[in-house]
Amino acid sequence: MAEHHDRSGRRLVLLVPYLWLLVFFLVPFLIVLKISFSQIAVAMPPYTPTFSLSQGWDGFVAAFRQLSFDNYVWLTEDDLYIRSYLSSVWIAFVSTIITLLVGYPVAYGMARAPSQWRATLLMLVILPFWTSFLIRVYAWIGILKPEGLLTVVLQTIGLLSPDEQVRILNTTTAVYIGIVYSYLPFMVLPLYSALEKMDASLLEAAEDLGCHPLKAFWVITFPLSLPGVIAGCFLVFIPAVGEFVIPDLLGGSGTLMIGKTLWSEFFNNRDWPVSSAVAVILLAVLIIPIVLFQRAQQRAQEREAG
Amino acid sequence: MATKGTAAKKAAPRKAAAKAAPQKTAARAKAKPEISAEKSKMVGSVRRSFAPWTDPDAKPFILYENITKRFGDFTAVDDLTLGIYEREFFSLLGGSGCGKTTLLRMLAGFETPTEGRILLDGQDISKIPPYKRPVNMMFQSYALFPHMTVADNIAFGLKQDKMPKGEIADRVDEMLKLVKLEQFKSRKPHMLSGGQRQRVALARSIAKRPKVLLLDEPLGALDKKLREQTQFELIDLQQQLGLTFQIVTHDQEEAMTVSDRIAVMNQGKIIQVSTPAEMYEYPNSRFVADFIGDINLIEGTISSVSGGKVTVETADAGKLVVNQDLKADKGQTAWIAIRPEKVSIGLKKPAARTANVMSGEVWDIGYLGDVSTYHVKMPAGGIVKALQTNATRLVERPITWEDQAWLSFSPDGAVVLLS
Ligand SMILES: Nc1ncnc2c1ncn2[C@@H]1O[C@H](COP(=O)(O)OP(=O)(O)OP(=O)(O)O)[C@@H](O)[C@H]1O
Ligand SMILES: [Mg+2]
Repeated sequence: MAEHHDRSGRRLVLLVPYLWLLVFFLVPFLIVLKISFSQIAVAMPPYTPTFSLSQGWDGFVAAFRQLSFDNYVWLTEDDLYIRSYLSSVWIAFVSTIITLLVGYPVAYGMARAPSQWRATLLMLVILPFWTSFLIRVYAWIGILKPEGLLTVVLQTIGLLSPDEQVRILNTTTAVYIGIVYSYLPFMVLPLYSALEKMDASLLEAAEDLGCHPLKAFWVITFPLSLPGVIAGCFLVFIPAVGEFVIPDLLGGSGTLMIGKTLWSEFFNNRDWPVSSAVAVILLAVLIIPIVLFQRAQQRAQEREAG
Repeated sequence: MATKGTAAKKAAPRKAAAKAAPQKTAARAKAKPEISAEKSKMVGSVRRSFAPWTDPDAKPFILYENITKRFGDFTAVDDLTLGIYEREFFSLLGGSGCGKTTLLRMLAGFETPTEGRILLDGQDISKIPPYKRPVNMMFQSYALFPHMTVADNIAFGLKQDKMPKGEIADRVDEMLKLVKLEQFKSRKPHMLSGGQRQRVALARSIAKRPKVLLLDEPLGALDKKLREQTQFELIDLQQQLGLTFQIVTHDQEEAMTVSDRIAVMNQGKIIQVSTPAEMYEYPNSRFVADFIGDINLIEGTISSVSGGKVTVETADAGKLVVNQDLKADKGQTAWIAIRPEKVSIGLKKPAARTANVMSGEVWDIGYLGDVSTYHVKMPAGGIVKALQTNATRLVERPITWEDQAWLSFSPDGAVVLLS
């Protein structure tokens, strides 16, 4: 009896994540998918058709007939969307590389720090999360704007003459800075966990066998940290592609990102169907790296399990 | 002890190697008969021509000079001086935490001595980084590269030397054969058993054929048969290639089998360095006597020292005599150390002239098949163990519990220890 209880209890626990996904991911996605097949209308909500139960089955079928691919066709006709997608992917890619280059030494330093320091260092990496993401991005405006903190500092130390100002805000550079800054912890944490569990005696063994410590980094440390590198890169790349806040606050009109395009489609043009189509395509674009990520994780697990 | 047989087997490759070895050894081989002529009695059954430590002119290949290593205020190695000769197979024995690994790590370059210096071939190596030292170490924890196959692990050191690909492949195959892992060549370490991993670590450290090979418990995880085989293969390899081995082991039988000399360590100090047979027959202290093999220690006070004879007055057995040149004072506390196999036991009182006779009650008997150990309780309460070979299956009147038994040992069989 108890065993039966136990098993159904376990099934219930397993059901929770699926229920979660169903309610908070699949259902909203289906709604968005449906809207993306609708037409814009001056109404509330601003699209047709809307399904309602009052007209019965026939009404449902009639409404279904009205759905079309028009919005998707539209996305291919105006190259704004394609450019936005490509630019988003490119910006996310470059940001991911920069984040990796910045994050790796940070994680490496943390993993090699005396063990009594590590908890504190870890804390420092997580600390920014205590402040709202939005506020932190806003803070960068204060730093990067022409008369901002960076200008003042550079002028004070003489790298910039008093009549010059930095021109970073409202450029793509500012977007890179914002993304790298915001997503750095997502890179550092998986890297740190991969580097920290590495056995230091492996490096000793490599050195003992005649390998220079610098080379040992490339043949031992780096390959062994690869799962961390992959996890970190995906954790940065995937949300960076759809990033809206950072390009909106720090980027200029020249910075094209799909999140911004979607936002203006939704709020400025009030075109819910087209913005839904943009979102659906964005998801499709991201599915590729997500699947790759899962494959990599699976392979890593298989490697560990034998 | 099983070591006797194996030690004898070992003598053959030793001699072969001595022939192949250059001048020095040959000269010493000639000197050998003189020594044996002058001393009619010898220690142990094995006499080897390889004994550079007896040659005052010979320079150690590895020299630890007054080495002290402290971790914080804990002293792991304490003012230790030790010389190891070229082509020597040297073993470190000692309890857990006595500083064996630390000593090896200092030679490999992973720890810096707090005091003292290490000379390799007469040269101070303190400034040489580990990757340039002609020393390879097998780590106690194996430290196999988890992302590389067995073959790649073994090839790693060779690749660092930029050895041609073909030669690497040949050497790797040779090493795999040595450790009997040919069919595991392309496995990753996590797919191997503990003993297999240990063999990969061994193969990896030997592959480069370094001048000095440091092995930290190389065979601990192997079963007895494989361990014995590998021991002989190690000896052969060492002989063929003329390598110098410094090995750590917890297994004293293994140390006796493979070593030219053994050092027994305790709390960061070396207690005794000598050949296996000397170590067994002439331990210099109770610590060593107890550490190597089984031994009876009978406490007493020295009652006379003269003409190579030491007499010790004991509570358990009265006056006992040992043939030994000993510097000691009358009245000093001493221990007679006598191996159980050198104590004979019987139910009849030995002849009147027999030296060192003791008598007591049989307290316990340990039957091991080939031999039996009799624990005999002396009148004063001490236990003396005697070992007897079970030469026949049927005995007319076996010694049994609570029998009054007579023990005796030859004055040549024991040693008197002062510490
Ligand atoms: N890095 C270190 N920091 C502090 N103490 C250490 C360090 N390395 C070793 N020790 C200490 O030094 C002592 C000697 O250690 P070592 O590893 O040399 O022992 P060992 O003789 O090899 O023991 P075992 O037979 O168990 O391997 C131990 O008490 C150990 O705790
Ligand atoms: Mg050790």
